[in-house]
Amino acid sequence: MSSFPSIAIASGKGGTGKTTVAVHLAAWLAGRGEAVQYLDCDVEEPNGHLFLKPVIETAEPAAIPVPVVDNDRCTACGKCAAACEFNAVAMLKKPMVFTELCHGCGACTLVCPVEAIREEPRGIGTVETGQAGPIRFAQGRLNVGEPMSPPLIRAVKNRRDPAAIALFDSPPGTSCPVIAAVRAADFIVLVTEPSPFGLHDLTLAVETFRPMDLPFGVVVNRADPADLRVQDFCRQQEIPVLAELPDDRRVAETYARGELLFDRLPEWRDRMAELWARIEERL
Amino acid sequence: MKELVVISGKGGTGKTSLTASFAALARKAVFADCDVDAADLHLILQPEVRRREAFVSGREAAIREADCAGCGRCAALCRFEAVSAVARDSDGARVFQIDPAACEGCGVCTWNCPATAIDFPERTCGEWFVSATRHGPMVHARLAPGAENSGKLVSLVREQAREAATESNRDLVLVDGPPGTGCPVIAAVTGADAILVVTEPTVSGYHDLSRVLQLAAHFRIPAAVCVNKWDIHPEMADRIEEHARSAGAVPVGRVRYGPEATDAQRRKLAVVEAGDSPLATDIRAVWQNWLDSTAESGEKKSP
Repeated sequence: MSSFPSIAIASGKGGTGKTTVAVHLAAWLAGRGEAVQYLDCDVEEPNGHLFLKPVIETAEPAAIPVPVVDNDRCTACGKCAAACEFNAVAMLKKPMVFTELCHGCGACTLVCPVEAIREEPRGIGTVETGQAGPIRFAQGRLNVGEPMSPPLIRAVKNRRDPAAIALFDSPPGTSCPVIAAVRAADFIVLVTEPSPFGLHDLTLAVETFRPMDLPFGVVVNRADPADLRVQDFCRQQEIPVLAELPDDRRVAETYARGELLFDRLPEWRDRMAELWARIEERL
Repeated sequence: MKELVVISGKGGTGKTSLTASFAALARKAVFADCDVDAADLHLILQPEVRRREAFVSGREAAIREADCAGCGRCAALCRFEAVSAVARDSDGARVFQIDPAACEGCGVCTWNCPATAIDFPERTCGEWFVSATRHGPMVHARLAPGAENSGKLVSLVREQAREAATESNRDLVLVDGPPGTGCPVIAAVTGADAILVVTEPTVSGYHDLSRVLQLAAHFRIPAAVCVNKWDIHPEMADRIEEHARSAGAVPVGRVRYGPEATDAQRRKLAVVEAGDSPLATDIRAVWQNWLDSTAESGEKKSP
C-alpha cells in the first residue's frame, strides 16, 4: 500500500469536465512540488495527453489470455464450451473459439481433462508511460473495434507509482469500466454540471458509488447561480460540494486549444488549491 | 426500415440534445436510447411507460461465509481481482469474499471450490421499457449501477425498437448512442444504416472523432459529422470537417454555441420545440442534410 493517496475523477455524464479537473489538479500539485502521477483510465477516449503533452517513454501492449485448442489432443468432450459463461467457445466437431467474446477467465483451460487448451495473449490496447514535466504520466489506449476495456484499465492502474499522489482520470458512465477505474481509490471526485442531464447522471453516479463504500465529493463545473439544483441535491444527500467552477466561455475556448488555464485565468490556481484542501481534509 | 445512430466518441458534445430535436423533426420514427448507463433522452421526451421488463444477464458468484473453509483456491483462480480474504470474527480463521462490482461472472471459482461454498445466481442487470412519447414510441433502459453487460442491453433495446417500428408501421429507428468506442458503442452501431458523430471543435473532440471514424470504417457504416458549438474555435471546426472528409465521412453542418440548449433542457423541450432561435435553425439544417446524405448512400449501396 502507498502512503500517498489515490484520487479518482469520475462523472456520470460525459463532457462535464473530468479531464479539465484532473489535469489542472495534477499541474497545480506538481507546481507546489508534490510528487504526482496522472493516469488516464478513460482508455476508449484518452484525452489528458492533449493537455499535459507528455514525453512517452514506454509503450507496451496490454493483452488478455485467450484459449488456443490443440485439435490433435482434443477429444471433443465439450466441457470447455459448457464451462464458458460468455459463449466464447462453441462446440462444432471440435471446439471453436470466438476470441472477441473471451474475457480471459481461464475456465476452458482449467476444465479441459486432456490439457488440449493453452493460452495465448490477445492484444486489446497499449499502456504508455512517460513524463509531463514533473508530472508522471500513464495512459491506456484501447484498440479501435475492441469492446473490452476493463482489463486495460486494470493494466494502467498497475503502473501506479506508490511514491506519488495518483489521479485516475476515469471514463464516463456507471458501468463496469468506471468501476474498474475508481476501484481501490481513496477518494472519488464526481464532476457534474448544473443541467437536468448533469443532475440526473449525478444521481446515477451516486447510486453507483454509495455501495462501494468509498468517500466522494462533487465538483460543480460551469456553475450557474440561476440553477442550484445540483447543490440542493448534494445538501439533501449529505455529499460535500468540493468546488464550484463558474461557467466561462474563456474556459471553453482555452480548453478547445489544448492549453492549460493557468496563464489566461490565473484564478484557477486558487480554485485548484481550494479543491485540493477540501479533498485532503477528507482523506 | 432505416436505423440511424447518433454517437460522439467524446461525451458531452450534445448528442442527446440533438437527438431530441431530431425526434421532434422526424416523421414516423421510433426512438431508442442506447446510452443505457447514463440515459437522458427521457428527460426531454417524457415517455409514458407502457411495458417494463427486467434485464437479466449473466451470473454472479457469492461465497457462503459459513461454508467457506478458507483454502483460498477461489482467490488464486480469479483473474479479475474480485476475491479477497477477510478475518472471521469468531475463531479468527480467514474466509473469502467476492466483490460483486469486480466479479465478471465467469464461474471458475464456483466449480473449483472444494467446499462447494460458492453460489452462482443469475444477475439482474437493469430494466428496459417500451413507452409512448409526444413524437412516437420509445424504447429505453436503465442499467443497474455498476453492472456488466451494457452491450447486451444496448442490443436488446435496438431489437425492441425495431420491433416497435414494425408494429407501429414506422420506417425509421433513431438511436441515441453511448460515448466512447467500447462494448456499448460497438453494440449500438453494428449493422446500423448510418451514424452521425456529434463532435465539438476542441483538441479532445478532434482526437475522439478520429477514433470513432476509424470504428465506423472498421464496421463499414456510412458516417456523417456535425460540429456542435463550432464558434468556440472556428479553425478547429474547419480542421475537423477536413479530417472527416479525408476519413470518408460527410460533414452535414454546424451548430453554434449558445445557452438555448440548456434552457430548452430545463423546460423539458427539444431546442427546435422551444421557439425560433439560431440554434434551432442550425439543427434543422443538420437533420435535413443527414437525411439527404443517408438517402444518397442508400442509393449507392443498392445498385
